[in-house]
Amino acid sequence: MIDSLDQIFVRVKQLLLAPLAGAPDWVVQIASSLINIFALLGVFLTLFALISVLERKILGRMQNRYGPNRVGPFGLFQPVADGIKMLIKEDIVPVRADKIVHFLAPILIAATAILALGVIPYGRNMTPFAIDGGILFFFAVGSTTELAVFMAGWGSNNKFSMLGAMRAIAQMISYELPLIITVLPVVMVVGSLTPDRIVAAQDGYTFGVVPHWFVVTPWGAAAFILFFVSGLVESNRTPFDVPEGESEIVAGHMTEYSGFKYATFFMAEYIGMFAISGLGVTLFLGGWQPPIAALRFIPSYVWFFAKLGGLLFVYIWIRGTLPRARVDQIMNFAWKFMLPMAFTCIVAAAVWHYEGRGLAGWFSSLAVIAVVYIALSRLIDTRKKFATRTYRFAE
Amino acid sequence: MNTIAFVAVAILTLAAALAAASLPKLIHAALSFAMTFVGVAAFFFLLGAEFVGLVQVFVYVGAVAVLIVFTILLTRRDVEDTGGRNWGGAIIAIAVFGGLLWAILKAQTLAIAAPPIEPLTVKRVGDVLMTDYVWPLQCVGLLLTAALIGALILVMEERR
Repeated sequence: MIDSLDQIFVRVKQLLLAPLAGAPDWVVQIASSLINIFALLGVFLTLFALISVLERKILGRMQNRYGPNRVGPFGLFQPVADGIKMLIKEDIVPVRADKIVHFLAPILIAATAILALGVIPYGRNMTPFAIDGGILFFFAVGSTTELAVFMAGWGSNNKFSMLGAMRAIAQMISYELPLIITVLPVVMVVGSLTPDRIVAAQDGYTFGVVPHWFVVTPWGAAAFILFFVSGLVESNRTPFDVPEGESEIVAGHMTEYSGFKYATFFMAEYIGMFAISGLGVTLFLGGWQPPIAALRFIPSYVWFFAKLGGLLFVYIWIRGTLPRARVDQIMNFAWKFMLPMAFTCIVAAAVWHYEGRGLAGWFSSLAVIAVVYIALSRLIDTRKKFATRTYRFAE
Repeated sequence: MNTIAFVAVAILTLAAALAAASLPKLIHAALSFAMTFVGVAAFFFLLGAEFVGLVQVFVYVGAVAVLIVFTILLTRRDVEDTGGRNWGGAIIAIAVFGGLLWAILKAQTLAIAAPPIEPLTVKRVGDVLMTDYVWPLQCVGLLLTAALIGALILVMEERR
């Protein structure tokens, strides 16, 4: 019973493929891929609609206001209304724009974002496209986003668009480095680039309550935090949303987009956020594994989406809390802090591994990270030593 | 099935390459060039060399194409084609193509059936890199580090 509930979606897919039993191999392959694609799109577009309204509700709550509450019960049909509004809006293309590039940019950015979703294991036996170098595929596809952002900025033929695109590319390239390097310790320890193997390696519990997720080791925790911050930058979320800083450059590379093209950008941003959070869950939070052994009876995909939801909530929480950082602060942070710390995680993971992955290794790797962290924070402390501020007229 | 995929990818790649060589606007040419890289990566996938294909996308589309685009952006206004064809380039391209074609057709190995090879997995690439080719790997690492430091020195503020 428990097992059948866990594998229910796999069974459904097998049932759907059953009529093709006698067909040639490639027909079955294509049909199977199509089922996967439609399932992925269905799930994640629904999640996008849900998160877009939940984000506004949560932000409203944090800012002591109601948020959307007019359309449907609790404002839940707001995304439908938004979608219809976006669809019937006029699609404006600037006269001097590079028409083809302007048109292709939102398509490319959405396509790459959706492709990255394909390699994440959503549950036991539920990886849509289980390829050998899944992690590598994720980043290879993700790296094309920069080109799409550039196309949007260039194609619009607008200085705000171009400035926004330059900012976006600069910060995406800078943070891609720590993002990828924080993944390396996990790949090293597991010895595989396959997401399924990485999830399998995090199986098992100490005393039945402490999961063997990589986030409970010191290097894993440090790498996860670095990964999460880099993920914030890659998806252009607050406090790293300078590319679309509306108080400075209108909407960055999306300035000249309206109607459904703008909605596509918006969607790509959220899908990218889902993908990077999903990868974070897979790499550090044990994928679809339950947090304690006694909870194995709850289906695996429920755990995955619960963890994903938790991470998405943190994204929204940060957006409601932090102001926007300056461009130079973001860059300095990337090169002077994130990158050295990411390298330290590799060393710490190696120490942990060679001391037998036990308690001794746990403390040694904690020591490595703590020493480097303290040294780094002393070294790059750039706070100017200002004198105490005195107010002449406001005393 | 594989043949259909091969023909489709080949047509796409060649069309993108042709566009890269002939489009009047430099940015369009650069973007078509990126498309060509994706096509080449698709060939690697068709041949079962998944890792090489992914690295192709990662390095060429993610880094080299962005580099090319930035170079165009930072060095010149988007100049329209001046009309003249670059015949020297065409002659060199045809010569290279002819030479390659001659060498390939002359080679014996095409007639012999290829021996079955085990699929090129990431693990095998890693093993070989860390054992047989560790020395070249270290050399490349040193070279890249030197390039990185050089780039940093170039952009560093001069202190007097």
